[in-house]
Amino acid sequence: MIELSNVSKTYGSGDSAVHALQNVNLTIPKGTIHGVIGLSGAGKSTLIRCVNLLERPTSGSVLVDGQEMTGLRRRELNQARHRIGMIFQHFNLLTTRTVFDNVALPLELMGEKRSAIKNRVLPLLEMVGLADKAKQYPAQLSGGQKQRVAIARALASKPNVLLCDEATSALDPQTTSSILELLRDINHQLGITILLITHEMEVVKSICHRVSLISDGKLVEDAEVGDFFTAPATQLGRDFLNDFLQLSPPKELLERLEESPSEHTHPVVRLTFSGDAVSTPLISRLARECSVDVSILQAKVESIQDRTLGLMIAELLGSHEQTQQAMSYLEAHQLQVEVLGHVQRNV
Amino acid sequence: MSSAMFDLILQATLDTLYMVAVSGVIATLLGLPLGVMLYVTRPRQILAMPVLNQVLGIITNIGRSIPFIILMVAIIPFTRMLVGTSIGINAASVPLTIAAIPFVARLIEGALNEISPGLIESAQSMGATPWQIITKVLIPEARGGIITGLTITLVTLVSYSAMAGAVGGGGLGDLGIRYGYNRFNPTIMLITVVILVVLVQGFQSLGDYLVRKSDRK
Repeated sequence: MIELSNVSKTYGSGDSAVHALQNVNLTIPKGTIHGVIGLSGAGKSTLIRCVNLLERPTSGSVLVDGQEMTGLRRRELNQARHRIGMIFQHFNLLTTRTVFDNVALPLELMGEKRSAIKNRVLPLLEMVGLADKAKQYPAQLSGGQKQRVAIARALASKPNVLLCDEATSALDPQTTSSILELLRDINHQLGITILLITHEMEVVKSICHRVSLISDGKLVEDAEVGDFFTAPATQLGRDFLNDFLQLSPPKELLERLEESPSEHTHPVVRLTFSGDAVSTPLISRLARECSVDVSILQAKVESIQDRTLGLMIAELLGSHEQTQQAMSYLEAHQLQVEVLGHVQRNV
Repeated sequence: MSSAMFDLILQATLDTLYMVAVSGVIATLLGLPLGVMLYVTRPRQILAMPVLNQVLGIITNIGRSIPFIILMVAIIPFTRMLVGTSIGINAASVPLTIAAIPFVARLIEGALNEISPGLIESAQSMGATPWQIITKVLIPEARGGIITGLTITLVTLVSYSAMAGAVGGGGLGDLGIRYGYNRFNPTIMLITVVILVVLVQGFQSLGDYLVRKSDRK
């Protein structure tokens, strides 16, 4: 369980002050995977570092498993950090230690005995699938293997919370999905709460339960992943989604798009449908019931965890009244209709 | 070459090795902690103490800016106090050590500088204390750079010790000046230079070997 209340972080002061985080409130229930997504420089890194106090918040409260982190003395903070694992974009393994000794490091720091360390490290290497690499050095491993070692190391001290700082950003897509699968297994089997920051929607889509969107140091959205992917509440959220779905009108059409309708134009709409609407033959009904022709420019169906999401960009061909009626018809059937603009009729 | 001459050269070589070893060991014992301090007390570092960092930096720079030949003469009273005399190899070892401490410290600091800040951050995230970070992360990870630095120090000490010889320190420098230069004996001069070259080559090869052995990158 992680609870951030009114967390702010300011670097510098006066005119040159940089507000990296502003009044961030975030609650992550025990055992869930929470993603924070945002562009570079939005404050993701600062946010995740405020949880284990690698960055000390300027104000606000940070509760991890009910313990207020900001009030701890140095020694207590180090104790608390044993219960918060962290992995990084660039793995941060010690180059002069073997895989085994890297995973053993947090246990050495805690003053564990050599025999206890061995009993703990070997099963961890087994779990991340690297038992045969125990005596190798990080330089001999691939990126994905290095991150697996880092995960085993982060879990060595039996933490309740795992922080993932862009953990898959340096990895190729295939390796990314295998690392994400490992994280999901860990969450599932050990009940560890995971907070991850990323700029990749793919990461959020594949393993997160909830997601927050961060922009200029503020959390601007906080939603179930299914909701976020079907109906983002902010423009930034929509931008991320469209970018992820790679769904935007063809360039040629965008150039002809006019903002307001006129006599010889017809609307171009983006339709988003989820739930029952996905399996209903709405387009053909639309043609029959509203006498509107639909020209589909782009369409896509995505499954986001247990939900199905359909997206379509289409031109509605008909009289002004007919197209208006068609849009009301679609909205009445739980579709989101967004008018992107109007184009001249092709003659 | 007479056996007396041979004994003279052997003795001078041993004297040089003695001076380099004594000053090298003591300078490492004192310079390593100083170098670590210079690094960890920097602003935003694990033991950030900007004022102390400034003071240590200035002291180190002063030590490094005094020409060795002047340092040697300037600290004669201190040398006398410490070893009871200002001539001989023990006396020469005092300025050698003092000159080498800041030298070692800056090289160690430079070696630590090469470590990725991410390694320190990840150790902190594991709850490591500053002492644990120094002993388990910084020094082991920088060991290649540290060995390189100590090799450079030893090589520098060989040449400094020859300079110390010129003012009564003994060793190969002393031999070269007294026999090779003052008595105009080119053979002695040549032998002295050859031995110095061999010593430097030896230290460098040993250092390179140890760096290669410690390298895991």
